[in-house]
Amino acid sequence: MSPAPSSLHLAVALDGTGWHPASWREPVASPRDLFTAAYWADLVTEAERGLLDFVTIEDGLGLQSSHFLDPDERTDQVRGRLDAVLIASRVAPLTRHIGLVPTVVSTHTEPFHISKAIATLDHVSTGRAGLRVQLTARPNEAAHFGRREIPRIDAYDQPVIHDLFDETADYVEVVRRLWDSWEDDAEIRDTATGRFIDCDKLHYIDFEGRHFSVKGPSITPRPPQGRPIVSALAHDTVPYRLVARAADVGYITPYDADEARAIVAQIRAEQNVAGRAAEPLHLFGDLLVFLDDDPGAATARRARLDALAGEPYTSDAQIFAGTPSQLADLLQELQGAGLSGFRLRPAVAGHDLPAITRGLVPELQRRGVFRRAYEADTLRGLLGLARPANRYTEA
Amino acid sequence: MTKPLKQIHLAAHFPGVNNTTVWSDPRAGSHIEFSSFAHFARTAERAKFDFLFLAEGLRLREQGGEIYDLDVVGRPDTFTVLAALAAVTEHLGLTGTINSTFNEPYEVARQFASLDHLSGGRSAWNVVTSWDAFTGENFRRGGFLPQEERYSRAKEFLATANELFDSWHGDEILADQETGTFLRDAKAGAFVHTGQHFDIHGQFNVPRSPQGRPVIFQAGDSEEGREFAAAEADAIFSRHGTLEAGQAFYTDIKSRLAKYGRRPDQLLILPAATFALADTDAEAEELAREVRRQQVSGATALKHLEFVWNRDLSAYDPEGPLPDIDPDVGDDHISKGRAQVRMYRDPIATAHEWRELAEANKWSIRDLVIHTGNRQNFVGSPATLARTIDEFVQADASDGFILVPHITPTGLDEFADKVVPLLQEKGVFRTEYEGTTLRDHLGLAHPENVPS
Repeated sequence: MSPAPSSLHLAVALDGTGWHPASWREPVASPRDLFTAAYWADLVTEAERGLLDFVTIEDGLGLQSSHFLDPDERTDQVRGRLDAVLIASRVAPLTRHIGLVPTVVSTHTEPFHISKAIATLDHVSTGRAGLRVQLTARPNEAAHFGRREIPRIDAYDQPVIHDLFDETADYVEVVRRLWDSWEDDAEIRDTATGRFIDCDKLHYIDFEGRHFSVKGPSITPRPPQGRPIVSALAHDTVPYRLVARAADVGYITPYDADEARAIVAQIRAEQNVAGRAAEPLHLFGDLLVFLDDDPGAATARRARLDALAGEPYTSDAQIFAGTPSQLADLLQELQGAGLSGFRLRPAVAGHDLPAITRGLVPELQRRGVFRRAYEADTLRGLLGLARPANRYTEA
Repeated sequence: MTKPLKQIHLAAHFPGVNNTTVWSDPRAGSHIEFSSFAHFARTAERAKFDFLFLAEGLRLREQGGEIYDLDVVGRPDTFTVLAALAAVTEHLGLTGTINSTFNEPYEVARQFASLDHLSGGRSAWNVVTSWDAFTGENFRRGGFLPQEERYSRAKEFLATANELFDSWHGDEILADQETGTFLRDAKAGAFVHTGQHFDIHGQFNVPRSPQGRPVIFQAGDSEEGREFAAAEADAIFSRHGTLEAGQAFYTDIKSRLAKYGRRPDQLLILPAATFALADTDAEAEELAREVRRQQVSGATALKHLEFVWNRDLSAYDPEGPLPDIDPDVGDDHISKGRAQVRMYRDPIATAHEWRELAEANKWSIRDLVIHTGNRQNFVGSPATLARTIDEFVQADASDGFILVPHITPTGLDEFADKVVPLLQEKGVFRTEYEGTTLRDHLGLAHPENVPS
């Protein structure tokens, strides 16, 4: 049974102890457990308890920083993290329905490795994998690899940024071609001829780009979803174009319904330009949430955390502090502006994630806009996306 | 005074993409579904094995310009499947083969440190190298590395990764909720490496993992490979499976350790070992013959002969005599992505030798390949296998074995049920895990934490 048309999709973005920089100081946080499997298993099973579509897991090729481009050498915030793909894979056998969408960085890594890693995550989770692709223009992260220098940037419209986004588009193209490089029925196990595979159903991808060339085929057979979900966060025209060209799900950060409408229109226009108008592309609103049953409690918590941090927390995304009912109102209003779902960033993972699963979700269910049971076994299924045909299969 | 009994180390090699693996057997399951990996890992853990071992290859093999289709083709990403296996096991070590040529130290160190955290200290890294442009065609670097530089790069890669693992000392995270100090030191993870192959600096972003560093395996057999292992490795995945060859290798390697200031017990020698197990020795011999014929079909025999002849031999009858033409000794090899073809250093001599062997024994091509190929290392009843394996270890032919079953995923079940209890009765194999980390299982010290 597919969800009713008015249903919305809900994901949660996991990052350390939560998105507020002082979240680790809350009694409910377990900052010493951050580098254990049990910590992540608890969060993801809680998200699954709330029937969420998927979780994303943040990552990066350097220490977290409050600065846009440089390390901050702060000691009062969470620093250090585990590889997001491996966290996702570690929790996959412990969950059954929820989608697992780790962040992967396109700038210094190998598309061949990432393609088989996400394909393997899809095999391990039997069809629940995706990725959130992110690039990095941080000079210190480039120095961790020592392969190239990235000029300092200060705005989105500089050539280096265009180049990094073009590289990311190439990267996604290669990752997807590699997923398709095995046809679904390539493994034949034909004992009569002794052939394990049908070579005609494995394909070179022969990609040649400015930053890399990849021959293929993948070493990993086509994943259960055919192509796992590709998602990206976008705040400006250049990244909107990447979402329009390359993503199945885009995360955007409107502060109100009008802004949401404008961004949606811009991305849909880019989607037309890219010749993808007919392809489904979910646009999710990103919101950072402080959620309590008592409206005063949420704002008080926010104020307390800001005081602990020593400054008011600002975010690229709208910050919401209120009750599940108020948040449901806001989500439905934004949904009306053309968003099909939301990626909520819990301010404090140990508090706001359960508030989402046990407060917001029941409220949305009462309103008839959120599932009451998982209706599909794959992430594509939950998002209402068909399993794609293989580009290399001859009709 | 009698020498105390050595404790045997046992590991399970997930059946690989070569003709040891018999996919045509009706019992053979999926080589890619996670349920196969989970079954295999759980069997190994039930049997109290030290670790599971995964091989890796970064380009599908080709022969005669086509993807090689007679063996299992396709496998998962090593790190990703090992992380998932950490969820379905509690003690079993998780050893992954990861290439030092087509990766970068910062990323690989992050992945191993993460795997070590996520498995509670059970990760191990089999460091391998390659240089071929054929594999390089899948990567940013392409085929850039001269063959003679591959060990120098591998050494520097491992040294750099160790610098990254050691860049956190283990006491940096205070996470003091009262005072608001998360990190003791703003420079946690700081590193600078300047070398021939890597010139990198910054801060590593994964705090020190339970084992400090993953257990390091080395698998190469060349002079350089042996020296690399003696200097750097915790264990060797070797191929010397007979008693005499095993003892010679064992003595050679262990004698190299002193010059690096290391004791013989700081480097374990663990050869790969295949086996044929049945209720009686006679039945096991019969099974071994049958499996060899399954492993070497007529088509496989021709392809294996091509490794030496370096020519298309598809027109020959595998049940007929060997080709009377000589091998092509040109540089471009018919087989791509397969290390084993380098074994035949003088193909013309090998071809002459094989022709004589086949004529003397009245062997067909297929018979020849079956007889010159690797027979199972251990063949026999449970009692015979337990006795032989113990003898090999006590006679210093190895410190244990990495078992390579021929059936996925159930090929280890019978060994676990029938042979392991006999080894336990002899007092040479653990009945319970005594520690939690792979270093504990292998009796290896944890690397010292350098105080910050």
